[in-house]
Amino acid sequence: MMEKSWEPKILAFLCNWCSYAGADLAGTSRIQYPSNIRVIRVPCSGRINPLFILKALQSGVDGVLVSGCHPGDCHYLSGNYIGRRKSATLKCFLEFLGIEGGRVQFSWVSAAEGVKFSRVVQEVTEEVKKLGPLKKFKKSSWFGVQSSEKENE
Amino acid sequence: MIQQKLREIAKELLMKKEVDLIIGFGEGTLPLRATPIFVRDPEEAERIIWNSFCENNLATYLHKFDRFKVGLIVKGCDARSVVALNLEKRFKNNPPFLIGVPCQRMVDRRKVKKAVKGEILKVLEEDDRIIVEGEGFQVILKRDDFLYPSCQVCTHRTPVQANVLVDQPVEELPLVESHPDMDQFESKSLEERWKFFENEASRCIRCYACREACPMCYCRECFVDSSRPKWIEKGLSPSDLTFYHMVRAYHQSGRCSGCGSCERACPMEIRLNYLTQKLNRDAKELFGFEVGINPDGPPPLSTFETEDKQDFIK
Repeated sequence: MMEKSWEPKILAFLCNWCSYAGADLAGTSRIQYPSNIRVIRVPCSGRINPLFILKALQSGVDGVLVSGCHPGDCHYLSGNYIGRRKSATLKCFLEFLGIEGGRVQFSWVSAAEGVKFSRVVQEVTEEVKKLGPLKKFKKSSWFGVQSSEKENE
Repeated sequence: MIQQKLREIAKELLMKKEVDLIIGFGEGTLPLRATPIFVRDPEEAERIIWNSFCENNLATYLHKFDRFKVGLIVKGCDARSVVALNLEKRFKNNPPFLIGVPCQRMVDRRKVKKAVKGEILKVLEEDDRIIVEGEGFQVILKRDDFLYPSCQVCTHRTPVQANVLVDQPVEELPLVESHPDMDQFESKSLEERWKFFENEASRCIRCYACREACPMCYCRECFVDSSRPKWIEKGLSPSDLTFYHMVRAYHQSGRCSGCGSCERACPMEIRLNYLTQKLNRDAKELFGFEVGINPDGPPPLSTFETEDKQDFIK
């Protein structure tokens, strides 16, 4: 019963200038995408502190998506390049520790790519769904953080 | 002899007032231990010692003496930490004067303690042997069998940027890309790796000795101490322990010289080195950066190349 009804919770960090506008375009163009994502708008993908991602996973999301402008298109010129290095090291490190690589995903989505945004969200949701709920270092609910399983029950 | 030469150099530097103080090692209060000492008086230079138990990374103390001109006694790994700190612009006014010791590699006191029964009262070193004495026993151990794991794989024993070297450079191990322990760990499954990591972290008592021993952990407010935002709870729940160890290690990416001080400082003998070793390996593979070798050029995570790897990005 629970297996069937379980839906992953995915946190999406979208950069203000491209991906957030891309998501907006997907919305205004009435393009469908899974409702599993919760969006947080950030100034730039270079703003993402890897702590945000880890903290999100700890606090009960099953996957994280970070999305920013394409290389060369950054509003702040080099923010996404810096972010790219941080993401690369974080991703390798998490896999090394034993957390599935599919849980933390990165993408470039421009303001004109509403269709791509919906495709990325679909892909990420599919992958996280396959991986199942994250149990590895999630806080139990009695610490004050609601686990997504409980909510879905 | 290295020890004598260190004392002479320290004395001379202090007499000429080229430095305000020398940070080096002195005799510890227990056998198998050397303690960091801070020498300001030329006469006191006689307290400086050098043996196989000078395991701390003295670069840690540079933050506490940043208003002084410091003479620092460094091993290969310590010197690389200083270079890494310099890249992060830690010594704008007073770059330390490095007295480099080509490192003979340090002996793991815990391994020695485990190898003998009874309390160790006295330890002597002779060439490649360690003579351990206690009440009613005397054991002779082969020095090379008791080295720290981080020292066994060290490829930069001679300090890179030292102002003076007290001895001839030692022969370095060839740079090996693959490290047997690491390869073995990486060949395990995700679940096994996580289990190992979680099991190690579960022993943590959150004393933060690993942080204090590390020269690269110099933030005024560490993420564990910050209450707004509160990144991490104060308890010992498995979730918090793994979170702490993940983030502590991740903060070292592209900065760790692999000295192993964190692991040596840990009272619970938690394996910590493999985490930063992995990050160092990644920094090399992804960005071609090796910590503490190149004295100029920004740290890898504060710069970029347009051609960086991005096949993981959708």
